[in-house]
Amino acid sequence: MHHQRRIGKYRVNEIIWGYLFILPTAVGLIVLNIKPAIDTIYMSFNKSAGFGRMTWTGLDNYKRLMADPEVWQSLLNTLKYSVIAVPLIVVFSLIVAVLMNQKIKGLSVYRTLYFLPVVAAPAAVAMIWKWLFNSNYGLINQMLGNFGIKPINWLSDPDIAIYTVIIVGVWSAIGYNMVLLIAGLQDIPNDYYESAEIDGAGPIRQFFTITLPLVTPTLFFVVVTTVIGAFQVFDSIFMMVQQNTDAMYKTQSLAYLFYKYSFILNDKGYGSAIVVLLLGIILIITAIQLKLQKKWVYY
Amino acid sequence: MKKRHPLVHVVLILGAVVMIVPFVWMILTSGKTLTESTQVPPTIFPKKFEWSNYSAVWALLPFGKFYLNTLLLVIGRVFFSVLTSAMAAYASARLRFPGRNLFFGLVLAQMMIPGQIFITPQYLLAQQLGIIDTVWGLILPGFVSAFGTFLLRQFFLTIPNELEEAAVLDGASIWTIFFKIMLPLVRSGLVALSIFTALFAFKDLMWPMIATTSVDKTTLSAGLANLQGQYATNFPQLMAGSLLAVWPMLVLFIIFQKKFIQGIATTGGKL
Repeated sequence: MHHQRRIGKYRVNEIIWGYLFILPTAVGLIVLNIKPAIDTIYMSFNKSAGFGRMTWTGLDNYKRLMADPEVWQSLLNTLKYSVIAVPLIVVFSLIVAVLMNQKIKGLSVYRTLYFLPVVAAPAAVAMIWKWLFNSNYGLINQMLGNFGIKPINWLSDPDIAIYTVIIVGVWSAIGYNMVLLIAGLQDIPNDYYESAEIDGAGPIRQFFTITLPLVTPTLFFVVVTTVIGAFQVFDSIFMMVQQNTDAMYKTQSLAYLFYKYSFILNDKGYGSAIVVLLLGIILIITAIQLKLQKKWVYY
Repeated sequence: MKKRHPLVHVVLILGAVVMIVPFVWMILTSGKTLTESTQVPPTIFPKKFEWSNYSAVWALLPFGKFYLNTLLLVIGRVFFSVLTSAMAAYASARLRFPGRNLFFGLVLAQMMIPGQIFITPQYLLAQQLGIIDTVWGLILPGFVSAFGTFLLRQFFLTIPNELEEAAVLDGASIWTIFFKIMLPLVRSGLVALSIFTALFAFKDLMWPMIATTSVDKTTLSAGLANLQGQYATNFPQLMAGSLLAVWPMLVLFIIFQKKFIQGIATTGGKL
């Protein structure tokens, strides 16, 4: 037997290697995440005074934030985006996953096609959709024109732009969640379906009594990550909607507003307060979801 | 599930059309002249495929540099984050040392917090280090990965203890055990994490826009945002630019689709 030196319940050897192995990640997380998170909170109590200097202004940024209609509108936009996009993403992904969780012809072809949007850069995806949604020459308005529908200003009408962004968001997210859900569906033992069939349960009943309850753990993961992603929506808004327009005002998310203040208007203090607000909302909603999971997730 | 309804195919084909039409329309438009692209009613195929749209955007923006910067960003993020995550994951799954739980708490905390909260200080840090407009600046937020550490830890936890114990009896050092025995056993995890990291590094838009100021130092995504500003209405050229930006990952995906899909499925399933 090897004789190994010990300190209390630990082996010296494991202590040394343990610290060496976690060192890069620990240092990285502290320098790149922990300290920045604290700095952002600190900056949110400061005013940028040019040349990267900050002056302490206490709660000023937060008071301004509470009284800023643009912030409230962005919060409303973010909520609207999430409340509409998340259910659509989850429902479509689940439908597609269930349909693909069968032995059908051309399965791998379908899977590949549905996954294509996931591997395309959002910047390019947004550009393509912007062209499809072009009010004068876009394919979508041209097709609608065949049915006598007048051209729609998909991206410049303040009441419509957010729905256009939602369509693109849903289209982009289905493939990813579909793959996660298929993996979850494949974990359901086949016996369940076989005995259900013997009992004479049709496919619809099988879906609601077997598939849906047993896929809830994966579904829960999909819902939580989709909600977090929806609250941080940025790329499609930034790329598709014209800056400083009414349409942007009624579409911009908190993440976009954070970017605008921090990096376009260079007001990093106010930008930080906005992102702290966003963080707070996401943490609260995630906490609520973790709490509610007992009510519907079947383990 | 034995019986299959023909409706299944109808629904799936309909969905597939919605998924690919945007890409097809991008390719077709990228071959049209400006007048052709704005014709009412639209023509489907270009009369003659205008490659000149591609040479025009290539001349307008340094796409060669975009490819190089994106490639270096992806390689850098994958290399550093997979290496550091594997080490940290191994330590937190298999070694016992004081502070291990504290470290794992740090990892979980980072995973829970949305990324935007880190960005401004990360930018200020990059500025201090003088790495704005460099590949190191692009890589910066991805040198380590809490997600990767968590993911690989799950893989290390499933390996039976006996293997390690046998190696210890043979007198192997922890370093040897890690590289020679453990890493090969979590290969599928390493592949999954690499794909995941590469995909999201490639897709990232906000950080490259912030971490670069000159156009020839930026990535495909952020470069494309530039193109849009300059050439807002020339859609054939914008589509040519989009195609130049999406094809590398699209081709990689089509070649390695099994690995991609397995990789994404594992990253979700292990959480």
